[in-house]
Amino acid sequence: MDAIAEPVSQPVRLRGRSYLAFVLTPVVPIIEWLKDLDDTLARSPGFFVGKPVVLDLSAVELSRSAITHLIVSLEKKNIRILGIEGVDVSLLTSTMPPALSGGRACAVAAAEPEKAEVRAPVASLMLDTPVRSGQSVVFPEGDVTVLGSVGSGAEIVAGGSIHVYGTLRGRAMAGVNGNPSARIFCQKIEAELLAIDGYYQTAEELDASLRNRPAQAWLDGGVMRITPLI
Amino acid sequence: MAKVLVVTSGKGGVGKTTSTAAIGAALAQIGQKVVVVDFDVGLRNLDLVMGAERRVVFDLINVVQGVAKLSQALIRDKRLENLWLLPASQTRDKDALTEEGVGRIIAELKQTFDWVICDSPAGIERGAMLSMRYADEAVIVTNPEVSSVRDSDRIIGMLDSKTVRAENGERVEKHILVSRYDAGRAARGEMLSIDDVLEILATPLLGIIPESQDILRASNVGCPVILNSPASAATRAYMDATRRLLGETVTMAVPSERKGLINKLLGRRAA
Repeated sequence: MDAIAEPVSQPVRLRGRSYLAFVLTPVVPIIEWLKDLDDTLARSPGFFVGKPVVLDLSAVELSRSAITHLIVSLEKKNIRILGIEGVDVSLLTSTMPPALSGGRACAVAAAEPEKAEVRAPVASLMLDTPVRSGQSVVFPEGDVTVLGSVGSGAEIVAGGSIHVYGTLRGRAMAGVNGNPSARIFCQKIEAELLAIDGYYQTAEELDASLRNRPAQAWLDGGVMRITPLI
Repeated sequence: MAKVLVVTSGKGGVGKTTSTAAIGAALAQIGQKVVVVDFDVGLRNLDLVMGAERRVVFDLINVVQGVAKLSQALIRDKRLENLWLLPASQTRDKDALTEEGVGRIIAELKQTFDWVICDSPAGIERGAMLSMRYADEAVIVTNPEVSSVRDSDRIIGMLDSKTVRAENGERVEKHILVSRYDAGRAARGEMLSIDDVLEILATPLLGIIPESQDILRASNVGCPVILNSPASAATRAYMDATRRLLGETVTMAVPSERKGLINKLLGRRAA
């Protein structure tokens, strides 16, 4: 059995490090200053959360109880004070943040509050399988692209344009949210019904010369025009 | 690993039951252990085509409800020892099927059989949905005419959305079986051509079964067509289709118009 080694006691190592902290400098009247702070927080809530904040009391003359009161009101706003400077050390109690001195001014990177990541809305729906009879694709946010055919009895409803890389046999309704510049494109037109922004045309009215050719449908004034695609 | 195959179509009367019996018998002949399950509750036909209608004691609904065990309901074919039938009920209807019951039965069948072939009823309601729910592969039987093709397209859409496999992000392997193909009518433009059908359905072709009077004769005597008329063109087509199902590459034989000798000489068309 190994001899149990005596743990060698070492002095605790102390190191120095400098950090960048925000400095809040209250001014008289304190009430007004707190109101201004509230306004700032209302515009960018949570700005101070997790950030080290130092309180500079050199511009005000506060008693011990006033300092305590200020710290408490700041904590209520989720601002935790790392240290206090610009004040007589004798005014600080052991429960308050420690006194700091020797702070150097430095530029703070533009304090832009972090916006919640706003993902750009997806403006196009891509389907890489054929749309089968009876299926209904509804996408009011934008364009719909189908890599395949659209079966008879299927329908595509889009807020933007409709692109079918195959035969369009079902119903296609483009520009449904009041978008008259939307178009319908397909490689072979055998559609049952085409509609753009409410103006519709059924298969009956489709010109025979257009059948089985790549075509596009678009609105010209209030009239739907269906023309071959070169 | 057992495979669950659903034979479906959407449209009625295209040849699902005939094909289920033919493919089931062909697989059993090759040596696979096959059970054919009739999901057409209330309008059962698979027992007639298999010639087992006088031996039905318990059926699918009895097993779903726990009234009978699976082994009591299964009927062994008299001609092929690897072929079994689970008949449907004639007195009940499709509402008697439950998803949980069907799932349980299919799981139990998968343990003893190589192939579980589900004969789907026509339509897209409960019976058809439950027959395809647990499928690994699907054979979509289509007649080369517009209404059948559109209904098959609908069913393909459902195979891609309403099956357990689709819900888990996997695919049900699909095959088209064109049945009742009449070459003469296709040549005259009265029927859709195979290319038209495949262009609309965008699914691989398993086989082309020609229109044949042997099929009616076979179902009249209660025997799968491949056993009743082994030399018929329909039988050859079913055997080829079955071999393709097992993964073999078989050249696709498009049935051609048959002309009698005299008619050929005299240039007349067959009536």
